[in-house]
Amino acid sequence: MLVPPVPPFKNGLFCFVTESWAIAPTHAPYLDLCVCVGGGLTFPISSPIPYFGEETSRSTCRGVHFCFGRSVGEARMKLVRKDIEKDNAGQVTLIPEEAEDMWHAYNLLQVGDSLRASTFRKVQTESSTGSVGSNRIRTTLTLCVETIDFDSQACQLRVKGTNIQENEYVKMGAYHTIELEPNRQFTLAKKQWDSVMLDRIEQACDPGWSADVAAVVMQEGLAHVCLVTPSMTLTRAKIEVNIPRKRRGNCSQHDRALERFYEQVMQAIQRHISFDVVKCVLVASPGFVREQFCDYMFQQAVKTDNKLLLENRSKFLQVHASSGHKYALKEALCDPAVTSRLADTKAAGEVKALDDFYKMLQHEPDRAFYGLKHVEKANEAMAIDTLLISDELFRHQDVATRSRYVKLVDSVRENMGTVRFFSSLHVSGEQLGQLTGVAAILRFPVAELSDQEDESSSEED
Amino acid sequence: MARHRNVRGYNYDEDFEEDDVYGQSVEDDYCISPSTAAQFIYSRRDNPPFAETEEYGYKDTEHSNYSVSSHQLTEVEKVQLDSCLDHMRELLGESVPEKVMVEAVLNSKFDVQQALDSVLAQLSKQDTKIKNEDTVISGKATKGKNRDSQTTRIESDVVPKVTKMTVSGKKQSTGFEVPGVNAEENGHNALTPQKGISAGDGSANLGITEVPSKPALSSQTVQALEEQTSAPTPMKKSGKAKQQIDVKAELEKRQGGKHWLNLVVIGHVDAGKSTLMGHLLYLLGNVNKRTMHKYEQESKKAGKASFAYAWVLDETGEERERGVTMDVGMTKFETQTKVITLMDAPGHKDFIPNMITGAAQADVAILVVDASRGEFEAGFETGGQTREHGLLVRSLGVTQLAVAVNKMDQVNWKQERFLEIVVKLGQFLKQAGFKESDVAYIPTSGLGGENLVTRSQSSELTKWYEGKCLLEQIDSFKPPQRSVDKPFRLCVSDVFKDQGSGFCVTGKIEAGYVQVGDRLLAMPPNETCTVKGIALHDEPVDWAAAGDHISLTLTGMDIIKIKVGCVFCCPKEPIKVCMRFRARLLIFNIEIPITKGFPVLLHYQTVSEPATIRRLLSVLHKSTGEVTKKKPKCLVKGQNALIELETQRPIALELYKDFKELGRFMLRYSGSTIAAGVVTEIKE
Repeated sequence: MLVPPVPPFKNGLFCFVTESWAIAPTHAPYLDLCVCVGGGLTFPISSPIPYFGEETSRSTCRGVHFCFGRSVGEARMKLVRKDIEKDNAGQVTLIPEEAEDMWHAYNLLQVGDSLRASTFRKVQTESSTGSVGSNRIRTTLTLCVETIDFDSQACQLRVKGTNIQENEYVKMGAYHTIELEPNRQFTLAKKQWDSVMLDRIEQACDPGWSADVAAVVMQEGLAHVCLVTPSMTLTRAKIEVNIPRKRRGNCSQHDRALERFYEQVMQAIQRHISFDVVKCVLVASPGFVREQFCDYMFQQAVKTDNKLLLENRSKFLQVHASSGHKYALKEALCDPAVTSRLADTKAAGEVKALDDFYKMLQHEPDRAFYGLKHVEKANEAMAIDTLLISDELFRHQDVATRSRYVKLVDSVRENMGTVRFFSSLHVSGEQLGQLTGVAAILRFPVAELSDQEDESSSEED
Repeated sequence: MARHRNVRGYNYDEDFEEDDVYGQSVEDDYCISPSTAAQFIYSRRDNPPFAETEEYGYKDTEHSNYSVSSHQLTEVEKVQLDSCLDHMRELLGESVPEKVMVEAVLNSKFDVQQALDSVLAQLSKQDTKIKNEDTVISGKATKGKNRDSQTTRIESDVVPKVTKMTVSGKKQSTGFEVPGVNAEENGHNALTPQKGISAGDGSANLGITEVPSKPALSSQTVQALEEQTSAPTPMKKSGKAKQQIDVKAELEKRQGGKHWLNLVVIGHVDAGKSTLMGHLLYLLGNVNKRTMHKYEQESKKAGKASFAYAWVLDETGEERERGVTMDVGMTKFETQTKVITLMDAPGHKDFIPNMITGAAQADVAILVVDASRGEFEAGFETGGQTREHGLLVRSLGVTQLAVAVNKMDQVNWKQERFLEIVVKLGQFLKQAGFKESDVAYIPTSGLGGENLVTRSQSSELTKWYEGKCLLEQIDSFKPPQRSVDKPFRLCVSDVFKDQGSGFCVTGKIEAGYVQVGDRLLAMPPNETCTVKGIALHDEPVDWAAAGDHISLTLTGMDIIKIKVGCVFCCPKEPIKVCMRFRARLLIFNIEIPITKGFPVLLHYQTVSEPATIRRLLSVLHKSTGEVTKKKPKCLVKGQNALIELETQRPIALELYKDFKELGRFMLRYSGSTIAAGVVTEIKE
């Protein structure tokens, strides 16, 4: 009886097959992938899997075995319930599964919403004798949200607010901070759900195939180890090492420091990249650093008999980048070699859209606008073909400002324009954020406004 | 300060008494922090070796306190006081502290004569006291004349040794600053009893007297000397000026008529930069035959025989293996009239950051172009490095350029080809801002070694070329002006550990000078350290000045705090550190326009830091500098503009108008240089 190797799935289940059929786990409808463990094939399950019942007998297994599951990089938020009235008030219940889901939740939350989720509360109990005890109790609370705090490194979402529903342990109006937990459902109620919010939920729950990519952007003495998910770029490690220059007749210090540097990068890769999840590791650098590094890494892997690295050797992809700084990741992501291998990741799509904008700005400046006022003006003329907008703007806590952006988005859609939401955690989103957060490529030239840019620049001051 | 208050509640009648107290011991009456003292040490000092004598610090503070205190007087009184003081100074020179004079004037109710009398009387009274002191200390005869002659001796040749000894005598004398001054005054009085003679004259006289050498001197005498020599000029300046002269003179001496020059070799990848320079070094005898033979053998073994000369400069295994220079190779050679620090820059596109660090340290450049068919064109087109390098060095302040038209042997030394290249390049270089007179074209062959060190004998070349060979051209570069008199600045280009304690940093001194034992301030970490040693081309020296490529051994600081790009500066006039600054940009040939929020890589001296363009302030007219458009939407190629930049980490910068060398920077974006700029305003 063969025991399958480490499965590439988070909650995958194994089942054993005969030549023609497989025994799927009981909750197969949730699963959307099937991997032939022996042959290394992966294919999505297009039609719902019929229920096979309990695993019949292990003796039926012959040779190859398959495993079913959900690929982790693609784990999606689950929408349990959605009750939204005609007036757009209502609530949704979601189950976040992954770090990225926290990011989506963060983008959905607004001050004034009510959030119901399970949480821990330290409760003091006083017995009849007067002795005081304190217990940590798990309870479900409903809060009126006051502050929202997202830690992008740990991907944790903390929501602080006052209790608005009677509870055995917590008084009404008492403050509490909920830290949303993966795999536990929460309910979010809003007085007003707008199209951008609903889009976000759809996007978060969309089971479309997308890959998790790890990237190492490096130059001599500087490396960033990043994880690129559909809506986030997380810097997992930054390695900065001083490398002495070559000097006349003495290069040993240089060589030694370089080796130490590579060693550290290699350590960081092993520590921060989980090869179960990551489909591809980009090694991007100027010059020969990437080659040198990969040579070093695999030599070391052979020396130390590091199976993990050697088995995943094919996942490493060398691409060119102009420097080892984080924003050079942009160059790596739009490298043709990468895009062909990764299909269309959202990050790469964003990079391309921003590039298009800049190209338009170069060739036909009258067809590329940025800054809210300018873009609105262009929208009035129904000229917007593609709207690039940073999701940062929708986290604006001022309702009026936010609705202004929402209106813009809705109106562009009405006019058959496309809207691209940029994640502010991606490198390109960061850049768009610096560029007032909103930009548009127009269908036809619109005369430029007279110098009214004071608004956008005053924002900056 | 306590002193200060004394002055405020002045009881003029008690003046004399108080002054006497002063004269004897006021050592602990007031205190000055070491930093304040350090600040003032320079002011009275004439000769660097005296830096240790701390008394001067005290005196100067005292001094300034007094002038401040005079502000308590009414306007009329102040004016009177000033005119009296002027008058007295004329007679007494700077030798009598202002305090004493002010007191005297106030005492005598602004009567100059009376005040002078009282001052002199006071001086002679103290003189006797001092004489006694002196006898105790030095155990020598203490006639005024004798002391004077000692003074002159020190003046004529100041040796650090003397200072050290004086310091040992300091203990006794710290409290005696005023008498110290007086003692010297007394010397004058003894010589010239009339009060009409000025101190300036006195010192002039003294200068002539013969000197018996005496190793042990009381600090008072040294002090006296200090007072005297500084007398005629305002103190602060005199202290500095003297030191500069010193360094400049030393500089002259060291150079022995030879100028030091930093030369960078640039050009497209595979133009033959390293080979050309390697061969030049070999022909000059800087590389010995055995090493060269070894390189030849090894490179032949590696199947790259033509790279043998390049191996002289490309030393890392990686560089040799790939046949590409990756980092700047640095070495030194001498010509007839110059000592050249040679920097061999990499030509490959990906190593432009390294090339920039090299070029930022250079005074002049050699641009190497490949003459062979197609190769020159490849390097010269957009995407080739010939243009980019040319623009870069010009923007980094290099004005003199020699163009080595290399690999001429491959085109049979054809004049037409040479001229074709000269015309094409000439146009471009003129656009880039090089004066035609500052650009020279030399046909060479790096591999064959033709026209490098000696003029070529080959008839193919001599029949149409009569100009200089490469070495002669290097020799004829005009030496640049060095800002030795500005405060010290050094940009770190390399940090490493050496044997022994401390660690080493290397870099080019951009301004000022440094001596062993100096305290330096490192920015951005904003910490001080001490210079333990200075090495110039691997030879230990005691001092180095602007333009030198040195390595400093430092102690008193942790090596991890220092990164490439830190600036070492003089603690008194530190370099500014900021994250936001405004700059004037010249946009190069760019493919996508620059907007707000553009992420760029800022190359400044040896640093490369990610930065963001925060604001586009205005577009300027190219030649007049007038604002043609405010708040532009984007910047396109060829424009001149004012922008605001923000870096991710603090960096040390100088304004272009203050330090030309340190106010320049380059902006790069995804592997190409998009703009050159100068710092116009530092925001904080």
